[in-house]
Amino acid sequence: MTFEAVIERDVSVAPAELGVRRARFWTLRRIATPIVIVLVLLALFLWIQTLEIDSIMARTLNADYILLRTREHLELTFIASALVAVLAIPAGIVASRTTSRLLRGTILTIANIGQATPAIGFIILLAIIWQIGFQTALIALVAYSFLPVLRNTMVGLSQIDPSVTESARGMGMTPGQVLRRIELPLAVPVILAGLRTSLVFCVGVATVATFIDAGGLGDMIVNGLKLQRFPVLITGAVLVSCIALLIDWLASIAEDLLRPKGV
Amino acid sequence: MTDSTADTGASRVLGGRPTEATIRTTTTITTVKNTSGAHIELKNVNKVYGEQTVPAVENFSMDVEPGELIMFVGPSGCGKTTTMKMINRIIEPTSGSITVDGRDVLSLNPNELRRHIGYVIQQIGLFPHMTIAENISVVPKLLGWSKEKTRNRVDELLSVVQLDPKTFAGRYPKQLSGGQQQRVGVARALAADPPVMLMDEPFGATDPITREKLQVEFLRLQESIGKTIIFVTHDFDEAVRLGDRIAVLSDRSKIEQFDTPANILRAPANDYVASFIGHGAALKRLALIPLYDALLGRATDARGTASLSETDSLRDALDLLVLTGLPAIGVTDASGKVVASVTVDQISAELGDDAGAGAPGVLS
Ligand SMILES: Nc1ncnc2c1ncn2[C@@H]1O[C@H](COP(=O)(O)OP(=O)(O)O)[C@@H](O)[C@H]1O
Ligand SMILES: [Mg+2]
Repeated sequence: MTFEAVIERDVSVAPAELGVRRARFWTLRRIATPIVIVLVLLALFLWIQTLEIDSIMARTLNADYILLRTREHLELTFIASALVAVLAIPAGIVASRTTSRLLRGTILTIANIGQATPAIGFIILLAIIWQIGFQTALIALVAYSFLPVLRNTMVGLSQIDPSVTESARGMGMTPGQVLRRIELPLAVPVILAGLRTSLVFCVGVATVATFIDAGGLGDMIVNGLKLQRFPVLITGAVLVSCIALLIDWLASIAEDLLRPKGV
Repeated sequence: MTDSTADTGASRVLGGRPTEATIRTTTTITTVKNTSGAHIELKNVNKVYGEQTVPAVENFSMDVEPGELIMFVGPSGCGKTTTMKMINRIIEPTSGSITVDGRDVLSLNPNELRRHIGYVIQQIGLFPHMTIAENISVVPKLLGWSKEKTRNRVDELLSVVQLDPKTFAGRYPKQLSGGQQQRVGVARALAADPPVMLMDEPFGATDPITREKLQVEFLRLQESIGKTIIFVTHDFDEAVRLGDRIAVLSDRSKIEQFDTPANILRAPANDYVASFIGHGAALKRLALIPLYDALLGRATDARGTASLSETDSLRDALDLLVLTGLPAIGVTDASGKVVASVTVDQISAELGDDAGAGAPGVLS
C-alpha cells in the first residue's frame, strides 16, 4: 500500500466506517526505523573508511566476508523461524484443543525449558552430545524461539469470542472448518506478533552459532574480541542490531497487511 | 355456553347483548398460515451436565406444529437455552428423543442437521473478519450453492431485514449498530431457507426502542415465511407479543403451562404462572385483541374528532378513551372512514366475554 493510497482511503471512509479503520499505518516509528538503520550503517561505513586497516582487520572487514556471514546469519534466522512456524502453530492448536492436561502440560513445559535454558549452554551441550555445525545451531534456535509462537497461538485461539465459534458450529461448520475459516484467521494478529518476537530472538541468538562452527555474524564479534580489533567487533554488533531492527520493521508491516479486515 | 363457532360475530349477536347494535368492521381476516416449517417433537428429553446430580432439563416433552412460533419463557437458569440447544445438538441430550419432521436428530450428522436449522443467539456471533455478505453466505456456501444464487439470496435477505444491500453488503460487522447486527444475524440464519429456526433471546441485547421495532418486523416476516420457530426469552411481554403459543418454564425446564398468550393471560394454570404474568394481565390481553375482532358500537355514537384504525388494539382504544375523556371514540376502516365506535363498557365486556366463554380455540 502506498502512502498516497493510505491518505486517499482515510479521506474516503464514511463516518460509520471509522470504527474499523486500522490504527495508523505510517506511524513515526514506522517511518523513522529505516532512516535510522540507513544512517547508522552509513556512519559505520564512513567511520571505517577513516581507520587504518591492518592485515588482521582486512581479513574480516571486507565485503565478501561480511556478505557471507550476513547470509549465514539470515539463513539461520529464517530457516529457524520457518521451522518454528511450521511446528509451534500446530503444537499451539493441539495444546489449546486437547482435553488432556498431561499433553498440554508437556508441550508447554518443553517449550518453557527451551527458552529458559541459556542459549549458549544449550547449543554447546547439543554440539557435544551430537555434532557441531549448521543443523545443531538450527535446532538450538528453534528450541529457543518456539515458546512465543506456541504461546501466542494458544492465546490467539483462546481470546476469540465464544459466541463466534458457537454460531459457526450452529451453522453446521465441521470443527476443521471452524478452525480454518474462523478461529485461525481471527488469531492471525496474535500469532504473527509471536512470530515477530521469535524472529527477533533468532537474530540475536544466531550470534552464538559461531561457537559450534555454524557461522553467522557472531564470527565477527568473537574474532573482534579474540584479536582485540574493536572495529571488527563493533561492525559485527552493529550489523546484528540493524538486521534485528530491519526484520522487526518488516514483520510489523506484515502484521498490518495480514491482519484480517474488519477486526 | 359455548362460543367457539367460526362465525363468532353471528353467535355473539345471538348469545351476547341483543340490545346493542353490533358492527363488525371487516369481514373475516384470513389467517391461514403460509408455512414452510417442520414438525418438531421432543419426548422425555433429559439433560444432566457433567458431574452434576440435578438435571438441567428433566423429562421435557413437547409437540410443535409446522409454522408455529413457540416461546420458551422463564427465569434465568431454568433451562430454556439448554432445552432449545438440544434440538440442533449444540448440547447433546442425556436421554430422550427429538424428531424434526419425523427424523430422529440424534441419528443425523450434527453438521448436516445444523445447516438446515437457523440459529440466532443473543450475542449474535457475527464473524468479525467477514463482510455482511460473506456472513450471510456461510451456510449457502456449505451447501454448495452457486455464486450467482448465493449473491442473489444475500441481496434478497438484506432487503427482507430492511438493510439496503448496496450500503451494507460490503461492510464489516463492526461498522453496524447493535440493531443492524441483530438483523444480519436473523438474515444469516434464514440464508438457506431452513424449515426450523432456533432463537435464543435474539433481541435481548438491544435497547427497548430498537427491540420493539425488531419485534414488529420479525412478526411481519414470520407471517410471510411461516417457519417453525423456538424462541427463548425471559421477557413475558415479548412472549405475549410474538408467540403463537407460550411455554412457561420453571426450574429444570418444567412446563408449568403451554398455551396461547390469550389463554395464559386469561387463565394462568397456577400461582407460578400468575406471578410470571405479573400485574396488568387484563391490559396485556387487551393489547392482543384488534378492534376488528371486537364487538363495537354504531359509527354514529362516536364523539369528538379522535379516532382509531380498526387494526389498532383494544388497549390502544382504552388508552385514547382515558386520554381524551370521551365516552366513545370512532373506529376507521382502511379507507379512513368512521365505521364503528368503541366505549369503555364495550372493552370490559370483551374481556368478561372472553373469560366467560373460556373457548380455547379463540386465537388459533
Ligand atoms: N455448560 C454447562 N455446564 C454446566 N452447567 C450448565 C451449563 N450450561 C448451563 N448449565 C446449568 O444448567 C441450568 C440451565 O441453564 P440454561 O439452560 O442456560 O438456562 P436459561 O437459558 O433458562 O437461563 C443452569 O442451572 C445452568 O447453571
Ligand atoms: Mg439462556
